[in-house]
Amino acid sequence: MKIEEVPQDKKQFKDGDKAPKKLMYVTNQDGSYTQKTSAGWEAENLALEQAWQDIDEQLLQSKEAVKNGKSSPIAYYMILNRMDIAILAKYVGKWQWQVKRHLQPSVFNTLSEKVLLKYAQAFNISLDALKNVV
Amino acid sequence: MIIPFDHKLQAHCESGVTSNLLRHYGLPVSEPLAFGIGSGLFFAHLPFVKVNGVPGTTYRIYPGQIFSNVCKRLGITYRSEKFSSAQKGMQRLSENIERGTPTGCQVSVFYLPFLPEVFRFHFNAHNLIVYGQEKNIFHISDPVMEEVVQIEAEDLQKARYAKGYPEPKGRMYYIEKAPAQADLETAIQKGIKQTVFFMKSPPIPWFGVNAISFLSKQIKKYPQKLESRKATLYLGNIIRMQEEIGTGGAGFRFLYAAFLQEAAQITNRPALNELSQEMTQIGDLWRNFAYSTARICKARTSDLVSFEELSQQLLQIYHREKHFYELLGKVYS
Repeated sequence: MKIEEVPQDKKQFKDGDKAPKKLMYVTNQDGSYTQKTSAGWEAENLALEQAWQDIDEQLLQSKEAVKNGKSSPIAYYMILNRMDIAILAKYVGKWQWQVKRHLQPSVFNTLSEKVLLKYAQAFNISLDALKNVV
Repeated sequence: MIIPFDHKLQAHCESGVTSNLLRHYGLPVSEPLAFGIGSGLFFAHLPFVKVNGVPGTTYRIYPGQIFSNVCKRLGITYRSEKFSSAQKGMQRLSENIERGTPTGCQVSVFYLPFLPEVFRFHFNAHNLIVYGQEKNIFHISDPVMEEVVQIEAEDLQKARYAKGYPEPKGRMYYIEKAPAQADLETAIQKGIKQTVFFMKSPPIPWFGVNAISFLSKQIKKYPQKLESRKATLYLGNIIRMQEEIGTGGAGFRFLYAAFLQEAAQITNRPALNELSQEMTQIGDLWRNFAYSTARICKARTSDLVSFEELSQQLLQIYHREKHFYELLGKVYS
């Protein structure tokens, strides 16, 4: 990439305008390497924005599912924290199949305070917040 | 205690940390040199290792390798430690700072409040340098930030003890003794030889240059195999790994080209200069690939022709890179 081709496309979603400038390695007219900072590139911005759109959609769906008694609040907070079952299981020290079960409201309602606390800690929220998705 | 530390913005976290630490010990090793000597360049596509349901793609060698390779090849005595107890891990870090040793840490970006929310995913292979502590505030030189930053002990501990692959487990690393002068020529040779070996030799399709051709075949199958939402996410992740946080552009290919140019001067081997130009062109091809991929993501299309086109672009990159590593291998044969 030539120095004059370095894109300066800012991220116009979430708090993307606060993104630090990235250092790029680019070539001068004579082909020698130099550095230039970039505010971002539209291709990369689009990929990141779509990843966020996907999270936001999942978040809406899971909120609805919690409201309708189809999943437990853990499902909602898991997505809110950009986790999947594998990573959440590590945080709470459970097997993946156990976490999967805890996503069912009927199982969630039987969980002990001790287990719930582990989830609350993993999500960095209070027990109260864990029980009530707003 | 705050250790006087000269922070510098770099392209990539690990080669940046390595270069900044080396400069602190009087060895002026640029980021591209650290990246090349540390054999940072790689490619792998792992359809069976999924994060958030998306297959893993990487353009670099696995975490920790660049720093340890550079130290070994330049005759630097270093130490890398992990602690199962977070309390002990934080205590040892404080002791290091008290002794005046700037210390590299592997962290998850999810728990770094100085980064904007938009980047904060569970990516556990980020690197930064801790160079000071005042009570429960740590002073940080993060190579992807323009200025130094501060972080509270609680957040730093969370970042160092994040869960999930690759788990940092409080890993911290630092230089114990650096020579007054280092033999760059031999180190460059070792770095290049290992990169050629890693790119060319894996007999399995998921690693090295073969993985580029493998990914090319995989992409061709996306429209039949995946619903368009999934296909878009799969493609988007490839772009993000290539361009998003700290690669210097084109999935480290420009960083490597810069290394080859510097190496050509140091070792007085003009062949490396020609290979630098070739790698720059390959980097441009990767940028074109990312651009075409983004266009398909934007259109949310499952149009067979466009996926076929992407696959072709990757296949071309595969041939160019394969040829490149053959030539690079010959420089030191």
